[in-house]
Amino acid sequence: MTAPNQPTTGADCDQVPMRAEWGTVLICSALVLFLLFAVVSKAEAGTLGSGDLALVIERANGSVQIVETTGNSALTRVEGLGDLSHASAVFSRDQRYAFVFGRDGGLSKVDMLEGRLVARVMQSGNSIGGAISQDGRLVAVSNYEPGGVKVFRSDDLSLVADIPALYGAGQHSKVIGLVDAPGHRFVFSLWDAGEIWIADFSAGDQPVISKFEDIGRNPYDALITPDGRHYIAGLFGEDGLAMLDLWHPENGVRRILPHYGRGEEKLPVYKMPHLEGWAVAGNLAFVPAVGRHEVLVIDMLTWQEAGRIAVKGQPVFVMGRPDGRQVWVNFAVPDNDTVQVIDAENLKIVNTLQPGKGVLHMEFEPRGEEVWVSVRDQDELHVYDTASFERRATLPAQKPSGIFMTARASRIGL
Amino acid sequence: MTPWLAPVTISLLFAAVAHGATPTPERQVELRYLLTQDCGSCHGLTLKGGLGPALTPPALAGKPPEFLQMTILHGRPGTAMPPWRGLLSEDDSRWLADRLLAGETQP
Repeated sequence: MTAPNQPTTGADCDQVPMRAEWGTVLICSALVLFLLFAVVSKAEAGTLGSGDLALVIERANGSVQIVETTGNSALTRVEGLGDLSHASAVFSRDQRYAFVFGRDGGLSKVDMLEGRLVARVMQSGNSIGGAISQDGRLVAVSNYEPGGVKVFRSDDLSLVADIPALYGAGQHSKVIGLVDAPGHRFVFSLWDAGEIWIADFSAGDQPVISKFEDIGRNPYDALITPDGRHYIAGLFGEDGLAMLDLWHPENGVRRILPHYGRGEEKLPVYKMPHLEGWAVAGNLAFVPAVGRHEVLVIDMLTWQEAGRIAVKGQPVFVMGRPDGRQVWVNFAVPDNDTVQVIDAENLKIVNTLQPGKGVLHMEFEPRGEEVWVSVRDQDELHVYDTASFERRATLPAQKPSGIFMTARASRIGL
Repeated sequence: MTPWLAPVTISLLFAAVAHGATPTPERQVELRYLLTQDCGSCHGLTLKGGLGPALTPPALAGKPPEFLQMTILHGRPGTAMPPWRGLLSEDDSRWLADRLLAGETQP
């Protein structure tokens, strides 16, 4: 090893020319320190649980933040996940790994405890979301370009099945509303084709596909009820929703709330609404109306309309608090500075909050006492107490969008 | 206003509309942000497409700016593209159309 002639080691020894031994000692010390740090980090990681962690998409920079929801603090940032506009995530059943679906077709596997990217594949040109199978063995991704679903092994992200969404004269349809369902099934909808497909993996890696045609024009997203029985796709191209009973797929797809906006001119939809299983509270499902500033309420015993609630703008996310008592709603531009809270019992708005411009997503902590809100234009995450509506914490984040808590790992359809 | 000034003012106004006024620098910042974040919801943050088609210069090659301006203002019926005229002026939409065609879309 060649020692430099000039002192380079800082103020303590600025008159001492560095000799070879001195350099060796320094390097050895650095190595020991590094190893010690690595051991300590690993030990710390070993003492952490993952049940109170969340992953926050930072959409502009291709990074995610890992935060914890017990003390409401940021833990680390993981970078290099590509284009994360419209990104979402699901979790391994042990809640250790997140699978992040990026807009650019990237599928990334993130270790929540060690805070690092452990695997990444570019699986299409343009994707929209994904799901993890009942047994946690498979991860499915829904793609816009080329339209279809690809299924990977969750351990090493190797390809298991490629399901092109072909319809008509061989066109590819964009795929949306992909969820997992009991029986090792994935269910998804075809935006261009107006179809719902079930891919059944119960017999192994070669799925059996069932197709349901003419379900309605342009399904834009879908949810599966928390019990995993009913798959409901919202329609953009016409009024109503398409519902499939997964206990009895032989009965076909049934239209519900077919005329909710009949005869009335639709308002412009500046952002496509979302549907998620969170929108179910008791026997009621709360879903965004499309082109109307209303939340629609569906009685899931009769599948009839149980009410509609006038809200401030075009709803985007309609999220039920885990106990089902409150439903929180955010909105498309120009009302995306506002969140409204509905009492699920009397269907009245009980509070209107203004976190700031660019409220993109909300996620309740697993038992619902607090809710996390991403406020994109302020580069902030807010944590609100859901009883007092007071803000409990504010964390910096770079253009945050989706917030995904590890508790999703044990919920069907999330 | 003296009577003879009115026609002059009106014709000046008309000239401004006909030629299109450039949005103020502050408005341009807002419009670039809207382009990335809100148009990006459907067309992708990098405008390479999503639910909506790609809006990159190669994807838009040959499309007249007036066509893009009208699409922004009035939407495309039968698709998910909404009319933005409630939020954007004619000048805003023309400026955005020109930025898209030139590929000058970074915030």
